[in-house]
Amino acid sequence: MPDPKQLPDAEQQIALLAEQLRPVFERAPETVLIGVFTGGVWIAERLSQWLPSHPPVGSVDISFYRDDFSERGLSPNVQPTSVPVDIAGKPVILVDDVLYTGRTTRAALNELFDYGRPQSVQLAVLADRGGRQLPVAADFCAWAVSLPDNANLVLTRTPVDDPKGRLTWSLDDA
Amino acid sequence: MLDPQLDASGNLIHLLSTEGLSKDQLLRLLDTGASFLGVSDRDMKKVPLLRGKSVFNLFFENSTRTRTTFEIAAKRLSADVINLNMSTSSTAKGETLLDTVDNLCAMHADMFVVRHESSGAPHLIVDHLRRTGRDDIHVINAGDGRHGHPTQGLLDMFTIRHFKGGFEGLHVALIGDILHSRVARSDIHALKTLGAASIRVIGPQTLIPTDIEALGVEVHRDLERGLKDCDVVIALRLQRERMTGALLPSATEFHDRYGLTHERLKIAKPDAIVMHPGPMNRGVEIDSAVADSPRAVILPQVTFGIAMRMAVMSVLAGGGA
Repeated sequence: MPDPKQLPDAEQQIALLAEQLRPVFERAPETVLIGVFTGGVWIAERLSQWLPSHPPVGSVDISFYRDDFSERGLSPNVQPTSVPVDIAGKPVILVDDVLYTGRTTRAALNELFDYGRPQSVQLAVLADRGGRQLPVAADFCAWAVSLPDNANLVLTRTPVDDPKGRLTWSLDDA
Repeated sequence: MLDPQLDASGNLIHLLSTEGLSKDQLLRLLDTGASFLGVSDRDMKKVPLLRGKSVFNLFFENSTRTRTTFEIAAKRLSADVINLNMSTSSTAKGETLLDTVDNLCAMHADMFVVRHESSGAPHLIVDHLRRTGRDDIHVINAGDGRHGHPTQGLLDMFTIRHFKGGFEGLHVALIGDILHSRVARSDIHALKTLGAASIRVIGPQTLIPTDIEALGVEVHRDLERGLKDCDVVIALRLQRERMTGALLPSATEFHDRYGLTHERLKIAKPDAIVMHPGPMNRGVEIDSAVADSPRAVILPQVTFGIAMRMAVMSVLAGGGA
């Protein structure tokens, strides 16, 4: 497990991820970025600024699609899902902060398909921490790190309401 | 005494009344309603939250709007909905309410939406389920006698918050047949908890319950005085089907003294909104010109009602608020 005091710079990782994604948008400029609330949306907004074509950014809140609803109930602050363009027939890059069990990705895919049938969906994540419980893999990843189950890796924005706020990682034992 | 709506840890697992709900619980329900609003705007108007669940609509009393909006709400949550028109069912053949409930439990119901002409019928069902160890089945009161209509109360609060931004400092008037109105009671309890500045009930003495002041409301027999500086005006339907005895000389006379007209609305604040739980009696409690004016938010109430009912169902099924 990495030293919680010496975590990589999330902002630099986003720049790295943008470089990985650049050829995709050169090849298919109609590609849409869809972030998963909350961290994935922050990252998708940053990526759109980094990419020369400034692609449109959508957001999905997967609360209504979770597979643990009957055990955990509804989260108190469900954000509105917003898909600003018609995704039918378009390539989509799904963006999330941390890829872990893969369950969020599955839920996000289910929700996405309720808005239309994309031409393709690829997954871009800032961190892949291992521990998959479903056959899900990232197509683009800035940081592969192996973390024990009790570790809690969280992306935060300071100040949280500021779109320009600084993105940083924190890591603790749950 | 334990509130029958709550489980042992204080979570909301049934919705029987807006009375007893905390401000946090009410706000949580309203926030959840807001998040469901967008679902009905999509091409795909469904989310999979209640997939595989069976919701039974038990309506012992006629209703079109409430039953339909509950049905739509359940279907938009992907539940299976079974509508039972109890006036033509076994109850009419002599089966008791609790026998009916037991039979539906044997059909693996997950949720009952109950409307009944007797106050307390949904509560009776909750007690019965608890006694027989089936507290995992949720009960929603869709209107019981004169007691309560909590989802209507919640959708009214949602509408007020949507158009007025909040509740603090608001003056709210309820006009007309308060005596028979379960909507009025549900609104009053919720408004009280959410911190409205004043709640006024306006109507003839015969249609105002005695001791209603105990709920913390102002009583006005004079419409003009009651409407002064109001932010929200809620007209209630004159429930003539429930009136036994001479409570009113005539509907015309009621309209002359308590009907909501443009002229009278001028006494309220210029940006006051007009609400009505439906069905409306045009020309009795409300003028057509008012009902069709931009100040009337009666149709948004219906739309918000679906989102609020989705919120209630998913909060109860998801372990409570």
